[in-house]
Amino acid sequence: MSGTQRQLVAAVLLRRAGQAVGVALVVSVLCFAVVRQLPGDAAYRIAAGRYGDDLVDADSAAAVRAELGLDRSAWQQLGDWLVDLLRLDFGRSLVTSRPVVAEVGYYLLGTLQLTAVALGLAIVIGGLAGVLAARCPGGWLDHMTTAWVALVRALPPFLLGLLLILVLSVHLGLLPAVGHGSSSSLVLPALTLAVGLSGLIARVTRDTVVEITRSEHVRFARTKGLTERLVLARHALRNAGVVLVPYLGVQAAILIEGVVVVESLFAWQGLGHALVHAVFWRDVPVLQATALVLALLVVAINTVVDLAVLGLDPRPRKREVLA
Amino acid sequence: MGRFTRTGVTTGLVAVLMASAACGSGEAARSDSDTLRIAGPFEVHSLDPASSDGFFTRLQVVETLVSSDLRGELMPGLATSWEDSRGTRSWTFQLPEDVRFHDGTPVTPDAVAASLKAAADEAASPLADAPVERITPVASGVRFDLAEPYPTLPAVLTHYSTAALAPASYDDNGEVTEVIGTGPYEVERVELPASIEVARFDGWRGEQPAIERVRFQAAGRAESRALMAVSDQADVVFGLEPAGQQRVDAADGVRMESALQPRTLLLKVNNDHPILGDVRVRQALSLALDREGMAEAVLREAELAATQLLPPSLRTWHQPGLDPLDHDPDAARDLLAEAGWTPGDGGTMQRDGTPLRLTLTTYPDRPELPALATAIQAALAEIGVELEVDVTNSSAIPAGHEDGSLELGLFARHFALVADPLVSVAETFAPEGDDWGVLGWRDAEMTTAIEELFTQPAAEQAAAHRARIAETVQRELPLIPVAWYRMNAAVTDRVDGFVLDPLERTWRITDLSWAGQN
Repeated sequence: MSGTQRQLVAAVLLRRAGQAVGVALVVSVLCFAVVRQLPGDAAYRIAAGRYGDDLVDADSAAAVRAELGLDRSAWQQLGDWLVDLLRLDFGRSLVTSRPVVAEVGYYLLGTLQLTAVALGLAIVIGGLAGVLAARCPGGWLDHMTTAWVALVRALPPFLLGLLLILVLSVHLGLLPAVGHGSSSSLVLPALTLAVGLSGLIARVTRDTVVEITRSEHVRFARTKGLTERLVLARHALRNAGVVLVPYLGVQAAILIEGVVVVESLFAWQGLGHALVHAVFWRDVPVLQATALVLALLVVAINTVVDLAVLGLDPRPRKREVLA
Repeated sequence: MGRFTRTGVTTGLVAVLMASAACGSGEAARSDSDTLRIAGPFEVHSLDPASSDGFFTRLQVVETLVSSDLRGELMPGLATSWEDSRGTRSWTFQLPEDVRFHDGTPVTPDAVAASLKAAADEAASPLADAPVERITPVASGVRFDLAEPYPTLPAVLTHYSTAALAPASYDDNGEVTEVIGTGPYEVERVELPASIEVARFDGWRGEQPAIERVRFQAAGRAESRALMAVSDQADVVFGLEPAGQQRVDAADGVRMESALQPRTLLLKVNNDHPILGDVRVRQALSLALDREGMAEAVLREAELAATQLLPPSLRTWHQPGLDPLDHDPDAARDLLAEAGWTPGDGGTMQRDGTPLRLTLTTYPDRPELPALATAIQAALAEIGVELEVDVTNSSAIPAGHEDGSLELGLFARHFALVADPLVSVAETFAPEGDDWGVLGWRDAEMTTAIEELFTQPAAEQAAAHRARIAETVQRELPLIPVAWYRMNAAVTDRVDGFVLDPLERTWRITDLSWAGQN
């Protein structure tokens, strides 16, 4: 790595670290404010989360309120949380009483596993379809890819997931319909997400590859006698990567945050699940920590994308490099 | 050029699909004969008995001192027998000899008393509502001393929050970190919030159960659970919605089982309200409800229409002879007219220029509540009552009770949290009111009947008191019953002996056996 490149990498990291701190603060305060605006008495909700609806009454709600100090002023509660955050102490879940770090860590792992496998599958399915369609624009495969894009975008993940369960689990008996933790139970939710995503990836890959294969530098590569495969691998794909990687970054962020439906359908334990339950039970520490982790994940993905593009893009980025 | 890569990619795609399928086939949750697989909608929030939602009692890992049979009659649980003294102000529960917890430590009066004290300190536990002064370990059991006579203590001790745990279950702060009980099954693995695995406990003092291992898996979506039931991915599936039940009915090798729960969907009425304080208005509201139609449309079973407050599953409390609650809009309009309400603009009844306008508060946690609320809204519109439905947070009902702002509240009330419904009935009709019971309604006859029942009168007299309570509620309608509840489970034909416990105390796994193996 040259000195200039190292400087560029450092600049990216510094900028993103600053963003991370800012995002953390904004997200925590926002979560806190939003939860306070939700209707209903939080003590009752938390008691319902802990003891079940049948055991909730004024007594158990009062006990929860006293135990958790919910009658402190809003500023005091927020201040205490921010001070704890600075000490990296996330506290305990109001509902399960387990440490928030352990709880959110568990869900984070689930989400990362699901997202990674889904993204990998989507890239394989969508990328291959896109590259193939690009080889012969206007050909039957190109039309099929377009139809595929329209179909999978039109299918809501919930329906797609049910269809996949029906085919792969109920009729063929290949995979368990629900579950968490085993590699077999990961396949169906990941496939549901991947199929939904593959359409767009195919579309973007196709357009990018078509555009690049028509460009001058690729025509030159052909002219100098490289085989079609080498042209594709060395010249077209790397250039396509510059467009595709940021796009995939955005999709990864959407995947991480948008898997709530799929997670609940397949009973897969991830951050989406944690977020929904935390809002439902007014579990503020878990909610704040989950939202924080999600926000930081987006920053992390953007950082990785920045660095990847920096490595992929053959064009120098700064004017001074040209000089 | 194109042909080569095209085939290559097709092969690639097929390979990916095959690989993803293959890595599952080894583990796909098809029947593994020694494990009973249970799926249900609820998640496990905690290991602590009070906040465990009863999972570990249902899986028969932990035991309460007293247990109950399918009819709600008390039976020995961990305690072999019990007796009261000082006019039910003291109770002594005998513990069995030579019994061990799952970790091999002996079940001592000290250990059991410590668990019970922890339960009594949990505000949510019904034991916290009992006037307990002291819980003391004695020679061969545990003794309770209470501030006042308390004949229902054994029934309270059927509640899952009072289960006995080994001392090693608790950490230094008194938090439950492991579930070490005395039941026929011991915990093998718990992964909060969605799965629990238990296995037969070799040291169980009773007969060894036929089912070796049990795995519980929470699955939030009813659609997923229905598919698990019909594709042999679970042996017992709780909480199916009507569409899923139909799917199970049509499938081979699996059947639906159901039992009426001691739970009633009801309208809580503010009896201090200027309009609702009039019993004729309450009766009119009740007559306006087409309960059968609502039960058929929303709960998909007309028989769940409530004819009285307490459902037939509460055998001693339900009164088959009582005149059922009717649907008669004409009679309702007559009653309103009698109370001074006359048809006004747009069909809404009015009295002295005030329209008959009410607000019904309910919440979406149980999906049938908002649907029923709109059905009630339509039914009341027919007799000229304008009802505004407010679907909000469940805490709005206790909050509205507290400050008296509630008009009507729609929710489901469980009448047998502990084996004796008297505890819940007494709470529901407490003269001072109750969050999930009456508001602004007291009746001397009712209070006397409940007090009398607490003195444990002879069977005949007790029956008379219960009949009087039912009649009073039917006539006065301080709470307006709407529908009863049925719980259901899809059960595979591989399992014999499955029975649903209406009180949901236990899943009775020890009664089960694999079909063809008994």
